[in-house]
Amino acid sequence: MLQAFLQNIINGLAQGSVYALVALGYTMVYGVLQFINFAHSDIFMLGAFSGFYLAKWLTPIVPNPLILLLATILGSMVFCVTVGLTIERIAYRPLRSAPRINVLITAIGVSLFLENLGQIIFGADPQVFPALIATKSILNTGGLVLNNIQVLVVLVSLVLMVVLHWIVHHTKLGTAMRAVSFDIEVANLMGIPTDTIIIFTFTIGSALAGAAAILYGLSYPKIEPLLGTMIGLKAFVAAVFGGIGNIMGAAVGGIVLGLAESFTVYYISSSFRDAIAFGILILILLFKPAGLFGTFRREKV
Amino acid sequence: MKISMKNRCFQSAVTLLLLPLLMIVGCVKKEGGVAGAVANVTSSNEIWLGEYGSMTGSESTFGVSTHKGILMALDEVNKTGGINGKKIQLKSYDDQGQAAEAVTIITKLITRDKVMLLLGEVASSRSIAAGAIAQQYKIPMVSPSSTNPKVTQVGDYIFRVCFIDPFQGSVMARFAINNLKLKKAAVLRDIKADYSVGLANYFVEEYKKMGGEIVADVSYSSGDVDFKSQLTLIKGKNPDVLFVPGYYTEVGLVARQTRELGVKAVLMGGDGWDSEKLTEIGSDAIIGGYFSNHYSHEDKSPVVQNFVAQFKAKYGEVPSGLAAQGYDAAMVAVDAIKRSSELSPKAIRDSLAQTKNFQGVTGMITINEERNAVKPAVVLKVAGPQKFSYVTTINP
Repeated sequence: MLQAFLQNIINGLAQGSVYALVALGYTMVYGVLQFINFAHSDIFMLGAFSGFYLAKWLTPIVPNPLILLLATILGSMVFCVTVGLTIERIAYRPLRSAPRINVLITAIGVSLFLENLGQIIFGADPQVFPALIATKSILNTGGLVLNNIQVLVVLVSLVLMVVLHWIVHHTKLGTAMRAVSFDIEVANLMGIPTDTIIIFTFTIGSALAGAAAILYGLSYPKIEPLLGTMIGLKAFVAAVFGGIGNIMGAAVGGIVLGLAESFTVYYISSSFRDAIAFGILILILLFKPAGLFGTFRREKV
Repeated sequence: MKISMKNRCFQSAVTLLLLPLLMIVGCVKKEGGVAGAVANVTSSNEIWLGEYGSMTGSESTFGVSTHKGILMALDEVNKTGGINGKKIQLKSYDDQGQAAEAVTIITKLITRDKVMLLLGEVASSRSIAAGAIAQQYKIPMVSPSSTNPKVTQVGDYIFRVCFIDPFQGSVMARFAINNLKLKKAAVLRDIKADYSVGLANYFVEEYKKMGGEIVADVSYSSGDVDFKSQLTLIKGKNPDVLFVPGYYTEVGLVARQTRELGVKAVLMGGDGWDSEKLTEIGSDAIIGGYFSNHYSHEDKSPVVQNFVAQFKAKYGEVPSGLAAQGYDAAMVAVDAIKRSSELSPKAIRDSLAQTKNFQGVTGMITINEERNAVKPAVVLKVAGPQKFSYVTTINP
């Protein structure tokens, strides 16, 4: 019983880390612009496919698996940043002064556009993500199994979150970001280049999605153009759970959601996997609308 | 001024929203295979059949394989003079693997293209949804490989040329106990697919009846990628057999995670495994698994070998079971039209119902009172990358 419990923690942590990385992208954009970037899940999908093609191209050239892995992750991050910034420039920036609902609808439009474009370019049939590093069991005692991919997923996520925390809380850029998130107009009056800060926010969010996509591809080597939809919804729930706009909240929310799903499937039934995720969303909105770590801010008039 | 600004914003948002919708519509149109939208009157020199299937979407290999089989059959018929001098024409549409889409296009096939008979689908859930429409308009429909019993229960115009889930589920139960002597099984079913649930139920029933023990019966939903929690539960029960009657897209990942968690059980499934993608996704983990299917290209009978040779010559690949089913569905339909007293959907329905001992590629086909085909099943072993080797034939 105890082994199963621990095994579920391992499984939940690995899945939760991916949710957390994607949730960070949602929460950061919400933090500065107060709108939900629905296209974020599709940036994640594009990250997986860019990694897929990049890995195929690099595998014969790069013999060292570690360098290959790093190159793929970096390449996918760069690609996602490019896409993220392009979307921001073309679809969101022209609507900066428009009502928020317009931007929201645009985001849904961009998301649908990317999903359908993905189906045309990559085909709807699932592709197999290349195994950049061979799966090896690290721990296998008393029925408890832990493999290198799971460790890698959790480690890379942790490192990225620590770096993000450092950027936000210990650099000038981070201070500016927090200022913009606190009040974009006043920040602008104080001489903070808000457009530049927003660009940085999209850069960081998209880069995290790119990294998460590769980790996802390594764990579940079946990728298709609609893979972002469910992950996106789950990550969104995680972000709201932790308090949307709150970075720490998104990280914790992702992990909690991963664990909750893992335990639900084991102890109750797999039919409740999604029900639990969205049940959490409803409960948190009912009892703590600002989320676990969120602080309620009065709607600006 | 302010109002017009708002309007412009709204317009651009709407345009952006509509763009992908337009693209979806564009996709559907592109798939309409045969050109010419002339009304297909029966008195002309052509007989029109309609096909709907998942040419795109996550189960696209199902639709594409079936389509190839159907095309080959109709080409053969037309080359030898068609039916009483009339050429058979096929109108085929893509349903993108979605039941709602299948309903739309089957309505289009009936009301706009005015086809005599419908061929499709592979997935039971879509055959059931579309079958209701065919029944309503009283146009006969032949499903090549939907194995759920409910498909033909929709009405007396719905037929199939494959065996049904009770048989398929019981085949694997009998195989596990009689051939492999494994008496402890776990079941992992896809609760979102009628097909998978049906197969799992009949497997459990037959397995218990034969003295086997079901130690775990858990589920997942199509589209899931993580099965580790379910497999952790199964691992604790230590089964000899893990029956996963799902579709290849999920089965591949299930197999990987099964081995990653150190579960040693023999993997088994149904014809939903039949795709070259199975071993691509499942890699080494799926090798050694067994599944039931409609036919094996390794079958030495001349009918099968002749079919395989011709298919290879035409498409440069070995036909999957689904391609063979598509071929048989089209051939049974043609046979019925030939025997039919007149060219009307009603007459074709009646002659379909009388199909008896028709020699198809997938075995001797007889349509029973429930409009199901009575025929044997084969058990295949996943022997290597994209290699399924013939193990045994199990008769009804």
